[in-house]
Amino acid sequence: MSIWLAQHLAALRDSLRRLAAAPLTSLLSLLVIGVALTLPTSGWLALDNLRKLTGDTPGVQQISIFLTLDAGKRDFADIESRLQEIRAGSWRFVPREEALKRLQASEGMAEIVASLPRNPLPDAFVITPGDAQPERLERLAKTFSGWPKVTHVQLDSAWVKRFDALLRLGKLVVMLLGILFAGALVTLTFNTIRLQILAQAAEIEVAKLIGATDTYIQRPLHYFGMLQGLLGGLCAALLVTAGFHLLTPPVAELARLYGANFALLGLSASSVLILTAIGGTLGWLGAKISVLIHLRRIG
Amino acid sequence: MIAANEVTKRYPEGREALRNVSFAITAGEMVFLTGHSGAGKSTLFKLLTAIERPTSGSIVINGQNLAALRSNAIPYLRRKLGLIFQDRKLLFDRSVLDNVLLPLAIVGHPPREALRRAQAALAKVGLPNRERTLPIALSGGEQQRLAIARAVVNRPAIILADEPTANLDAVSAAEILHIFRAFQQVGVTVVIATHDPLSLPSYRPRILRLDKGAMSEPAHDQAAEGAVP
Repeated sequence: MSIWLAQHLAALRDSLRRLAAAPLTSLLSLLVIGVALTLPTSGWLALDNLRKLTGDTPGVQQISIFLTLDAGKRDFADIESRLQEIRAGSWRFVPREEALKRLQASEGMAEIVASLPRNPLPDAFVITPGDAQPERLERLAKTFSGWPKVTHVQLDSAWVKRFDALLRLGKLVVMLLGILFAGALVTLTFNTIRLQILAQAAEIEVAKLIGATDTYIQRPLHYFGMLQGLLGGLCAALLVTAGFHLLTPPVAELARLYGANFALLGLSASSVLILTAIGGTLGWLGAKISVLIHLRRIG
Repeated sequence: MIAANEVTKRYPEGREALRNVSFAITAGEMVFLTGHSGAGKSTLFKLLTAIERPTSGSIVINGQNLAALRSNAIPYLRRKLGLIFQDRKLLFDRSVLDNVLLPLAIVGHPPREALRRAQAALAKVGLPNRERTLPIALSGGEQQRLAIARAVVNRPAIILADEPTANLDAVSAAEILHIFRAFQQVGVTVVIATHDPLSLPSYRPRILRLDKGAMSEPAHDQAAEGAVP
């Protein structure tokens, strides 16, 4: 084993020893870091779920093309080839018979539909564009309106715009929260390392006098900050996952009552990794700044 | 091995702690640096250990000019020196063994080899079976032995000791000097700073005397007056 690796392992052991030396203080610090990372992570996850919810809900970010009543199979094929040509996204053809059946199945509509002399509903295409940007949706709707045998194109562009603006605002708020709490995490680690340095000033002084390099002295402190951040990140992942498990049943029930089939998105394995990596990096950064400032004072 | 040439150290407030000090110490010598309090011994110790830099002149240790030494090279110089400080600088919250293991950890010895070396160093200074003891539980003489064990554990070619017998009774002081003598006899260069002429050994050591920052090298028999047997 090389000296370099041995010294890194020794520094890691040393930082674990420091964490274990004051278990209650360490636990409280990890909880504070965990909560600081939980808030922006939960916000981000909520936005993701909102985006998924709108994608899963019929009529939202979808464009419906209603055809004239005299449109036939050739016209359907023509529309399909045009959709394919402009790469409009995915689509589904809804024949007028199917639309009527659906209407009949709706609560309180069976009698009304039965009283109709003939099927008043047109054949339709429901398009789910790959790109759900409001401008792109509006452009597509305009294009569809110009096609033959198209009598009506339905897109609630105002709603889509409002929703998109809301999502962007949400993203911004979450980002600001993230920056704010990242700053809090760095500050917390900075202070923890400052206290560590003060408590070990004698040891640091002796080590320097007998030949320790700055890197040797800084290494366990960097590891300490990084470990604290990593464990805080894991703590945040646990808190978010616990919240996810608590919210999943009531959200699914609510979605069912609205006739939707929606399940909350939780943290993926890669998200947990990213979260712990962010925690570790911020912890390391706080430690680095603290070490730079306070070791210079000691030294 | 150690050469000082026209070394002057002046502090920012204008006090001149050393003035044109020159000397040369060859490998394997044992040299006593004497002088009253404030004569400049501790300043010279700080210059020899690169804690401070001379205002002018040069100090060369093992071919390295300390005045020109870059800051990041200082730790590597110190690893080659066995340093014993006036206030011993022991870690009182660490065991005797952990104190001696520290320099080995800094150099990066594997744990098993480090343990073997630390135990050997403690045995050499007469502190075996005290590995788990905290330094606070040791007597003054034993603490000094521990400081020596920590200084020699990396097998330095030079030992620099600042007032190693201060606050020790005559018997303990003689034992400490005996340990230094043993290291010198196996070829280690030993430089001991002391203000107390009574602590000098009875054999005729080389003495460098500092007086108000200037160097004088007295005759051996003068220096050995009142020496410890």
